[in-house]
Amino acid sequence: MQADSAAMNAPASAAPAAATADVPLTPRQQQALDTVLAERGALPGALLPVLHGVQDALGHIPPAALPAIARALHLSRAEVHGVVTYYHHFRTTPPRGRVVQICRAEACRSMGAEALMAHAQAAIDAQGCDTLEAAYCLGLCAQSPAVMVGDRLHARMTPAKLDALLAADPSAQSVQGERA
Amino acid sequence: MSTTLTLHVPRDSAALAVGADAVADALHAAALAHGVALQLVRNGSRGLLWLETLVEVATPQGRVAYGPVAPEDVPALWPALVADAAGMPPAHPLRQGVTDQIPYLALQERLTFRRVGVTDPLSLDDYAVHGGWAGLRAAVGMDSAAILHEVTHSGLRGRGGAAFPAGIKWKTVASAAVAPGATKYVVCNADEGDSGTFADRMLMEGDPYLLVEGMAIAALAVGATEGYVYVRSEYPHAVATLTEAVARAAAAGWIGDNVAGSGRAFRLHVRMGAGSYVCGEETAMLESLEGKRGIVRAKPPLPALEGLFGQPTVINNVLTFAAVPTILAEGGAFYRNYGVGRSHGTLPFQLAGNIRRGGLVEKAFGLTLRELLYGFGGGTVSGRPVKAVQVGGPLGTYVPESQWDVPLDYEAYAAIGAVVGHGGLVVHDDTADMAGLARYAMEFCALESCGKCTPCRIGSTRGVEVIDRITLNRDQPVVRDQQVTLLRDLCETMVGGSLCAMGGMTPFPVLSALNHYPADFGL
Repeated sequence: MQADSAAMNAPASAAPAAATADVPLTPRQQQALDTVLAERGALPGALLPVLHGVQDALGHIPPAALPAIARALHLSRAEVHGVVTYYHHFRTTPPRGRVVQICRAEACRSMGAEALMAHAQAAIDAQGCDTLEAAYCLGLCAQSPAVMVGDRLHARMTPAKLDALLAADPSAQSVQGERA
Repeated sequence: MSTTLTLHVPRDSAALAVGADAVADALHAAALAHGVALQLVRNGSRGLLWLETLVEVATPQGRVAYGPVAPEDVPALWPALVADAAGMPPAHPLRQGVTDQIPYLALQERLTFRRVGVTDPLSLDDYAVHGGWAGLRAAVGMDSAAILHEVTHSGLRGRGGAAFPAGIKWKTVASAAVAPGATKYVVCNADEGDSGTFADRMLMEGDPYLLVEGMAIAALAVGATEGYVYVRSEYPHAVATLTEAVARAAAAGWIGDNVAGSGRAFRLHVRMGAGSYVCGEETAMLESLEGKRGIVRAKPPLPALEGLFGQPTVINNVLTFAAVPTILAEGGAFYRNYGVGRSHGTLPFQLAGNIRRGGLVEKAFGLTLRELLYGFGGGTVSGRPVKAVQVGGPLGTYVPESQWDVPLDYEAYAAIGAVVGHGGLVVHDDTADMAGLARYAMEFCALESCGKCTPCRIGSTRGVEVIDRITLNRDQPVVRDQQVTLLRDLCETMVGGSLCAMGGMTPFPVLSALNHYPADFGL
């Protein structure tokens, strides 16, 4: 696991971009990437802020973006790939529909999270249009079990309430929960 | 209508997750319908989380609480709020009385959390009116040695779980040399990944200037000019609130190029993690801040000497920094007088899991688990007997009833092989399968191990398999007992051979489950 980049990785500029990028970036993706790199590329330790910026703008991190990110940050493509794949938060393909995260950590387990997860799995398998993921603590441990749908948190969840959430208008779920 | 009705509805994630925004909308609609001028403050959470959404109304007797309020309760609640505000306390099933007199709150010793839930988190005026910046103002008038003396004398220890004396760590950084042109750093570990803990989140969402102030004091004490807060990506509201607070504090001159008029610089940045539990380990967090995979570093060198970008770095948890303004404002001796033994001050305990009155309880060290579970918590929400309490997060032990009267202090807990950790308590009732929870501890370690050291990376996967072989061989005592021996051996290897607490402490919940609840393993 101790990837020592000097020995293992050729500089990004030495390899053609197409080697890891089956699908080239669309003009919109390229523009978003350029904007993020211009805004964040010079930060100290810029890679995570850059990757967050790309994923926030595009919903995922297209593999075709990696060579340009590597070049801009003077990293090898392998280093960028290593970081993208190390962190659970980053995804390289767009999620299907809404992302439904169910907490499976101890506090939620004490209140039936495993049964809720099984229920959600069956429900999402049946409807076939959302993405179900496990989360490991959403910080709502006194109101377990906790769920996040899109970017909205829901506590004291039950199978019936989850069914209602999943049946609700998908566009309503992407609205930011917090209003100052 | 001539008078204004003042209401408080929390903006904390814990309230948003049970519909606080919809409650606020309904209150606005009711005010409009009744022609009442409404001032609706979005405060932090009081930490009485079973009562969220907790609506407070300003009355002649002080703020009065109603909860838990659902959006559909608002039409019937409205006349009660109006009557309360006019000094005619109504009878209403959701009325909890004057907020500050609710026993759960009145019995606490809130130092760090005294403003959380009271103020508008982003209001600089609110912060100043409620005693904010007093610690930083005092620190600006002191030299480094005097600040370090107060922090050391207070007895403050790292609240992230390791409980290392903060003053000693700060002294190491203060006396470390840096090359010309280089800087020291102050880094706040806000990667609160432990299940059962939410105090860091509540503080960042409910009183973010307190964290800013504590970090600025640390910067003055050690001579750092740059700082980072590393917040986990699962806390988007905390990131947003803290980012805004940092910008406002900088614009007001509390941090930035001239910290509170001191002529010294401290620039603070908020960074977001990306869903890696092990980045709560301080050296993995530094790697992540540097833009790398969150892989644990071998120590030495200590981060105090070679930390972020190779420079001397103070790393503390949110609650450690947040305790510092009180220490500087009131003096180290004031803080030291709370607590017992070598555990000085207060700890914000978090009551979580299967508990009737879950929430945040800040108390001086020395109370017992039983007082927290029953005095504050009221037992399980399921109404069944408590079977086990995991104290100190996923790497903490399961504490059985025979140990519930041990005082909660670092040394007393260490003496029974347990950890206080970050003060999180996860309660399980008698339906809990402790072998299943032990298996989950190993499974989680396998999922989140950074992979650098073998005991953690491989041992956790082997641990899952061995526990499976124990529970699948309940009726074959010879095989089963061999596997139990193997599990104990494996745990010994992980405790002794892992680089960090991830692999080194995962055996704590596993072995405590095995030792205290053998029947669940078929023993």
